[in-house]
Amino acid sequence: MDKALLKKLYYEMLRIRLVEENLASLYSEQEMRCPVHLCAGQEAIAVGVCANLKTDDYVMSNHRSHGHFLAKGGNLNEMMAEIYGKETGCCHGKGGSMHLVDLSVNYLGSTPIVAGTIPVGTGVAFGTLLKGEKKVTVVFLGDAATEEGVFYESLNFASLKKLPVLFVSENNFYSVYSPLSVRQPHERDNLTIAKGHGVYSDKGTGNDVLDVYRVAEKAIKHIRDGKGPAFICFDTYRFREHCGPNYDNKLGYRLESEYEEWRKRCPVVTFEKKLLQKKDIDQETIDTYKNKIQSEMDEAVLFAKNSPFPKVSEVYTDVYAEEKKND
Amino acid sequence: MTREITYGQAILEATDQLLANDKSVYLIGLGVPDPKGVFGTTVGLEKKHGSNRVMDMPVAENGMTGIILGSSLVGMRPIMTHQRIDFMLLSLDQIINNAAKWHYMFGGKMKAPIVIRLIIGRGWGQGPQHSQSLQALFAHIPGLKVVMPTTPYDAKGLLIAAVKDDNPVIYIEHRWLHNIFGSVPEDFYKVEIGKAHKMAEGSDLTIVSSSYMSLEALKAADFLKKDGISVEVVDLRTIKPLDKETILSSVKKTGRLLVVDGGWRSFGVAAEVMALATENCYGSLKAAPVRVTFPDTPTPTSWALANHYYPKAIDIINSVRTMFNLPVKTEAEIGISYDVPLDVPDKSFTGPF
Repeated sequence: MDKALLKKLYYEMLRIRLVEENLASLYSEQEMRCPVHLCAGQEAIAVGVCANLKTDDYVMSNHRSHGHFLAKGGNLNEMMAEIYGKETGCCHGKGGSMHLVDLSVNYLGSTPIVAGTIPVGTGVAFGTLLKGEKKVTVVFLGDAATEEGVFYESLNFASLKKLPVLFVSENNFYSVYSPLSVRQPHERDNLTIAKGHGVYSDKGTGNDVLDVYRVAEKAIKHIRDGKGPAFICFDTYRFREHCGPNYDNKLGYRLESEYEEWRKRCPVVTFEKKLLQKKDIDQETIDTYKNKIQSEMDEAVLFAKNSPFPKVSEVYTDVYAEEKKND
Repeated sequence: MTREITYGQAILEATDQLLANDKSVYLIGLGVPDPKGVFGTTVGLEKKHGSNRVMDMPVAENGMTGIILGSSLVGMRPIMTHQRIDFMLLSLDQIINNAAKWHYMFGGKMKAPIVIRLIIGRGWGQGPQHSQSLQALFAHIPGLKVVMPTTPYDAKGLLIAAVKDDNPVIYIEHRWLHNIFGSVPEDFYKVEIGKAHKMAEGSDLTIVSSSYMSLEALKAADFLKKDGISVEVVDLRTIKPLDKETILSSVKKTGRLLVVDGGWRSFGVAAEVMALATENCYGSLKAAPVRVTFPDTPTPTSWALANHYYPKAIDIINSVRTMFNLPVKTEAEIGISYDVPLDVPDKSFTGPF
């Protein structure tokens, strides 16, 4: 694989990680007054998938979406301002961390109702098909979303209409504190479920960005070739608590040993080591990246903090879209 | 040119013209292309406009609602139909969590121009899960618009307005209105959403009603005229946004308000209209507002029970007479008789749905 792409994959993962870590350390200032679901530990999937997309391809996601948003090229300043509840935020303060959007890169939105964007993203793909556009729509979803009815309904319709949609399942083994084992039978296999609907299915190693990249590349080629939808799934692990800036292993819902095991498989650190070993990158470049990202993040935080809050009258605006005149 | 066509034909004509007029419009719903065509309202459209624009769908109400929403985000203007409102309750998640809030929660950056046609009804033993009237439920949700046309003219004009509107619109049609005739222009026209229609002018009392119950209200108004009571009938046409101006100016003029709603009594449309009047023109009221509604129970199936479940013109008449301190009367005394059983809309209806 070409070196520039390897560096880009590393850079994008590192950027998401540093944004999330900065966010975690600033959260205690109590100025980000909305729930945040940090994705540290899961960066490889967002980056490996989005590296295969064009700017006009669509992405939709869920509550844990900072990584998807940034990997698709979403504006960091607007994301931070949104989390700080500011007028300059991507939703002008009406969404927060769980509702990110950047139409300039066709990031069409994330919402926190589990599986809520699966049919919406499927419908976006349906819309592009009806309009005769050649675009791919990606929907990121978690393991619990595959338990919701709309998951099956969307697979079914996507397959029926051969829609250009890619479902990316990130299995981090927990829905809040409920482990997979109390939610899905051991015998269950989502790949079989997707295949059973006639949907192209594949699985990769979720913490290995190169593997994610390759699995996504094949699936997206399948879609771009007009062969219909694809479902790809990856195991991964969130390092921090379900919601908030801290670590929550002490609650006892997951074992410290399990956490340590996944820490060893950290997608950023393992890939960094691999690149250094193969001399695809040097330490100096890594340091330059870190400094660059840190100053970008510092600026984004400053931008967010210095931005004005929305006017009180904004409570009442945008409830309804205004009718076009002379229609 | 204007001619007499039925309410169902008016919906069909509006849909046909919308499909012809705008490439982004498509029609989707269970049974849309089947021979019966959603009570005749979609017959022939697939043949004329093609199966890419007029289509059936999987039995997956919630997922399909999310799907039409998604298509609207990239420029399509879907019309979805449900043959019974009860089935679409499965899609409340996508309607309330997503469609209603999409414009607001993303700071006005996107819009969700979807129309969901819902058929409500009564009679022939439709029972608890085939005859609910849930306009109040949808009207409670910020971000949704709710229309309930009563006449064929409004059925066409409101459907066109709903599809042209940039917001999610819930379009509720009563099964018993599908076969009524009325004057409908052949033109492509809109009836403005949010505007009520005075079906009868009067000076002694205002009846605010909607959908099929407006026909019962008109019937009652005719009989009340014989008692010397002049009734103004305000047909809401749009439940949300409510036409406050028309309601309030009428109540201020007549000083009396009776609300007739084909829905459950508590926390409903009637309660909202009464609250509107008491909050805004209490001083003009000569009597406490009264409501005529369905009782707070599910719909029974047996026609022996259902005949007593739905309010009729006689119930409206007696509520009005009571407001004027007149004794209640029986249907026989007033001269109301029925040429068909109470569980069918007209002679042509012989079941099963």
